[in-house]
Amino acid sequence: MKKGLLSALLGITMAAGLLAGCSQAKAPAGAPAQEASPSAKARSLDEIKKAGTIRIGVFSDKNPFGYVDSNGKIQGYDVYFGKRIAKDLFGSEDKVEFVYVEAASRVEYLKSAKVDVILANFTVTNERKEQVDFALPYMKVALGVVSPDKALISDVSQLKDKTLIVVKGTTAETYFSQNHPEIKLLKFDEYQEAYDALADGRGDAFSTDNTEVLAWAIQNKGFTVGIESIGNLDTIAPAVQKGNTELLEWLNGEIKSLAGEQFFHQDYKETLEPVYGDEIDPENLVVEGGQV
Amino acid sequence: MQNLGIQILFQGNNFLRLWVGLWVSLKLAVISMFFSICLGMLFGMVMTSTNKLVRFFCRLYLETVRIMPQLVLLFLVYFGAAKHLNVNLSGGTAAVLVFTFWGTAEMGDLVRSALESIPVHQYQSGYALGFGKIGVYRHIIIPQTIRRLLPSMMNLLTRMVKTTSLVVLIGVIEVVKVGKQIIDASRYTVPDAALWVYGVIFIMYFAVCYPFSRAAALLDKKLRD
Repeated sequence: MKKGLLSALLGITMAAGLLAGCSQAKAPAGAPAQEASPSAKARSLDEIKKAGTIRIGVFSDKNPFGYVDSNGKIQGYDVYFGKRIAKDLFGSEDKVEFVYVEAASRVEYLKSAKVDVILANFTVTNERKEQVDFALPYMKVALGVVSPDKALISDVSQLKDKTLIVVKGTTAETYFSQNHPEIKLLKFDEYQEAYDALADGRGDAFSTDNTEVLAWAIQNKGFTVGIESIGNLDTIAPAVQKGNTELLEWLNGEIKSLAGEQFFHQDYKETLEPVYGDEIDPENLVVEGGQV
Repeated sequence: MQNLGIQILFQGNNFLRLWVGLWVSLKLAVISMFFSICLGMLFGMVMTSTNKLVRFFCRLYLETVRIMPQLVLLFLVYFGAAKHLNVNLSGGTAAVLVFTFWGTAEMGDLVRSALESIPVHQYQSGYALGFGKIGVYRHIIIPQTIRRLLPSMMNLLTRMVKTTSLVVLIGVIEVVKVGKQIIDASRYTVPDAALWVYGVIFIMYFAVCYPFSRAAALLDKKLRD
């Protein structure tokens, strides 16, 4: 009898632990919209100004958007913009503290007020809009199609009845299977396999985010990105904690005023051009003044 | 000349950065282990209590820690504390708290099993010789317990060193993350860097964990003599 009671209690304990584990594990992924979930109050614009530094969350392993160079210094397209924000707020590029974030916990960093702004290649989606506030976009991404120079695909109509390589779970897979059923898709789990398949000629072309294929084509002679921009256009924008209106408005103002000097074209030149080369039209990636 | 991936290690101060990252991992593990051993010893003794209620709460704590993945605990302490309690801990502090919380439970259970493995006649002989309760523990039980504990304690320590690779998710830059940064920064110029960087990290982990198990083996031998 006693034994039964003990094991019952143990069972309840374990179940409770399990439940707690599951419900908390979801939060960092940021998948479900939790309107009621509390968040620590983010610093207002005045508080940031008073503190003298701004905390910006960036990637540290997403070359060329945010990465650490061999001397341990943070670099990249997002970082370049982050330094400019500090310069316009405090008059010095060094008044910024870069916090290295992971893709899965970007929303949590904002909700727990550990950073003021996220500048980590954050694609604007409706799901994320429920959790954070996005400022005006400063970049856009679409799909790109890379193919061998010998049989260059420069228009989607050329792909009819040909084989297109895609990676499972990417936007490319969704876009082509929904909008172009006439194209045969060859699917792989990993990028490396897909690139190998393209090099071996197992498919006529390969499609994924244009930033990815553009960079790859530069490094691999004999391949060119024939279609630089196709599919749904996604934008990338800075994000702040939901309700941090002052900071959001300041960022929007900043992005608008930077359009005058074509700041993001300059940013592109400094950080992305060395990777993408000068054959690519910056207009396919860069957004000035929030005007897509 | 072939473009060997190994060159990546000697660019800039990449190699040094890996060592600094390893130092971060090691520091977290050793500090947490220190607290875990201290608290775990006490917790282990509490666990041998005959009081039903005390045993129940000990069991509750142990099972909670065992069931919850350490990653969940890390998120809970790092982000959860900031959101719900307004306590903004640094990544390092959060990591030490979580690993100590985990280590204490594991260590406690090890101490409990070591204590219980000492035959009851050892206690009784002690009492018969006129030792008090404290005397029995100090001179008879604890020395024997420590010897039984050593191998499993070292096992826990090396597990802790390896588990520190989770802390990257709460923004602490340790050796694996530094490795990822190095691989990514050169992914267009040195595509096969991954193999070399992870290979070096593998050797680094070994270099850290091996001395611990050697030291334990030596200590064990010394105690036996």
